[in-house]
Amino acid sequence: MSDRIFGLFGLALAIFFAWAALQIEESFLSDEVGPKAFPLIIAAILGLSSIFIALKPDAEPEWPSLARLVEILAAVVVMILYAEFLPVVGFVIATAVAAAYLTWRLGSPVLASLLIGVLTSVGIYVIFHLVLGLSLARGPLGF
Amino acid sequence: MDVLANLGDGFAVAFTLQNLGLALLGCFLGTIMGALPGLGPSNGVAILIPLAFTLGLGPTPSLILLTSVYYGAMYGGRISSILLGIPGDEPAMMTVLDGHPMAKKGMAGEALSLSGIASFVGAFIATWGLILLAPQLVKIALLFGPAEYFALFALAFATLGGVSSTNQAKSAFAAMLGLGLAMIGVDTQTGVPRFTFGEVHLYDGLDFLVAIVGLFALSEVFIFLEHRHGGSDASSRELKVGRLTPPLSMLKACTPTMLRTSVLGFIAGVLPGAGASLGSFISYSMEKRLVDKEGTFGTGDPRGVAAPEAGNNAAAGGALVPMLALGVPGSGTTAVLLAVLLSLNITPGPLLFAQNPDVVWGLIAALFIANIMLLALNIPMVGIFTRVLMVPPRILMPIVAMVSFVGIYGISGSSFDLLIMIGFGVMGWVLRKLDVPLVPIILGTLLGNTMENNLRRAITIDNGDWFTLIDSPLSIALWSIAAIGFIMPLIVGRMVRSKMHERGDEEGSISD
Repeated sequence: MSDRIFGLFGLALAIFFAWAALQIEESFLSDEVGPKAFPLIIAAILGLSSIFIALKPDAEPEWPSLARLVEILAAVVVMILYAEFLPVVGFVIATAVAAAYLTWRLGSPVLASLLIGVLTSVGIYVIFHLVLGLSLARGPLGF
Repeated sequence: MDVLANLGDGFAVAFTLQNLGLALLGCFLGTIMGALPGLGPSNGVAILIPLAFTLGLGPTPSLILLTSVYYGAMYGGRISSILLGIPGDEPAMMTVLDGHPMAKKGMAGEALSLSGIASFVGAFIATWGLILLAPQLVKIALLFGPAEYFALFALAFATLGGVSSTNQAKSAFAAMLGLGLAMIGVDTQTGVPRFTFGEVHLYDGLDFLVAIVGLFALSEVFIFLEHRHGGSDASSRELKVGRLTPPLSMLKACTPTMLRTSVLGFIAGVLPGAGASLGSFISYSMEKRLVDKEGTFGTGDPRGVAAPEAGNNAAAGGALVPMLALGVPGSGTTAVLLAVLLSLNITPGPLLFAQNPDVVWGLIAALFIANIMLLALNIPMVGIFTRVLMVPPRILMPIVAMVSFVGIYGISGSSFDLLIMIGFGVMGWVLRKLDVPLVPIILGTLLGNTMENNLRRAITIDNGDWFTLIDSPLSIALWSIAAIGFIMPLIVGRMVRSKMHERGDEEGSISD
């Protein structure tokens, strides 16, 4: 069933891609092929392979239970927040929070996760910023 | 001897303090990454690319660092195979068969050092093969015009799934997805924006480094979260290593095996669509058929350890041949290495050997140096690497995630790229669940624009005649190989794959 849905999704993607390719404005100065032809070929093969996937599905993959799915979703949300807040609060704080969250969800005890998070963050900061001189996001506190 | 003179120049390039240090660092990190289950060679190289890039290393030092990681990961995969019976990466799968029984018999140290020596022999022979074969391939490649290049790219995509692929529709889907992603951005020939939907950040196109790190490294973090696999697989009790030198008689018995499988592995590595996993598989099966008269293979026969290790390291070297000479990688990790070259503004292919001989020969010299370093590191220091196996993933995976973020942020300094990377991470997780290979996606985003340019150039030269694509005997030959390579797995794929995966391997592992 998963593969059938995936195939239909792929087909929709191919149609969308073809539609978007047709929207490309041609410049008056164009080569023989133009900017649309190759994307249209891609869309065609994408569509064909999606149809095959939908018609001949593989064995059903093992999807995680709803709880695990929520877990992954929560991690994605944390990462998005991390990306957004990185320039605001600075590297060390943002990274400590994100790393603590991830290690907590992977099974570290609460207090240990806080410690692991801070150590990870400070460790990366020392190695990459102080030793190797990489520029990391700077927060209001200067780190 | 032209080759020796070139090689001498290469050693002169590689023998600086900085380069030797980078090689050592790369070997060390690579072995660790290879040893840890869940972090294979492609992952390892992918995570370190942004670093090499943001540290402002030049092309040769970056390449030396990253190829050392590549070779190191190939060495490292065997450690957890032997000690824990869990392959550290896919090419090390066959090493489990005899390596783990040997460890159970109390011969873990012998198995580790023997496989270290086998890895050395395989990589050493393959590096010589690279030196001898790549210039010959360059001569052929100089005959290629745009039409032939287009056909060659098609061949790479058609065969990338490999003979072990079960679902070619999914391989094709992945390749087209990658090519489609490469189309995003301003068209290089006419200057019109494509698929940007008015988003200014997309005008430059997607950075393939963002795609690679997201697809490989972040999706791995999600897999671990899904299984909540936070504990370490190793306990200190299992990690008794014992004697660290193999007896001479064992080495003697294994020498013919190592030599044979090195050659075989190298050939498997050069051929499109094979790669290191297949190299070790073929090597093991051939040796089993040739020398296993008493039926000891699978019960801890030293030759069964030497064969796949020599085979997979030789294949790793062989896979560099098409990548350097043609600019078309044949495996996942070499695709990632190609990304390194492209982001350093070096275009691999026949002209690389003429225009940047320092890069090519410096790299080859670095391979020799890395190989010797790895042998030196691996035999006496194997104890340190086994300790690494005890770091639990609950600590390791957050570090992997955070280092990925640091690397990507270091390149662009924009949150937008981080968001795209998270998107790729989620996509990678879903696609791995659905058994869609990720390597063709990477290759597609890497090669998409070059492939299109070759197509348009070929047709423009012939005034809009599309039949120019199948005009020369060379391109017809390439198209036929592509067609055969695409269809063959449909016939033999299921058989080969079921044999390779007889021992249940980790779900959704990324092929080398």
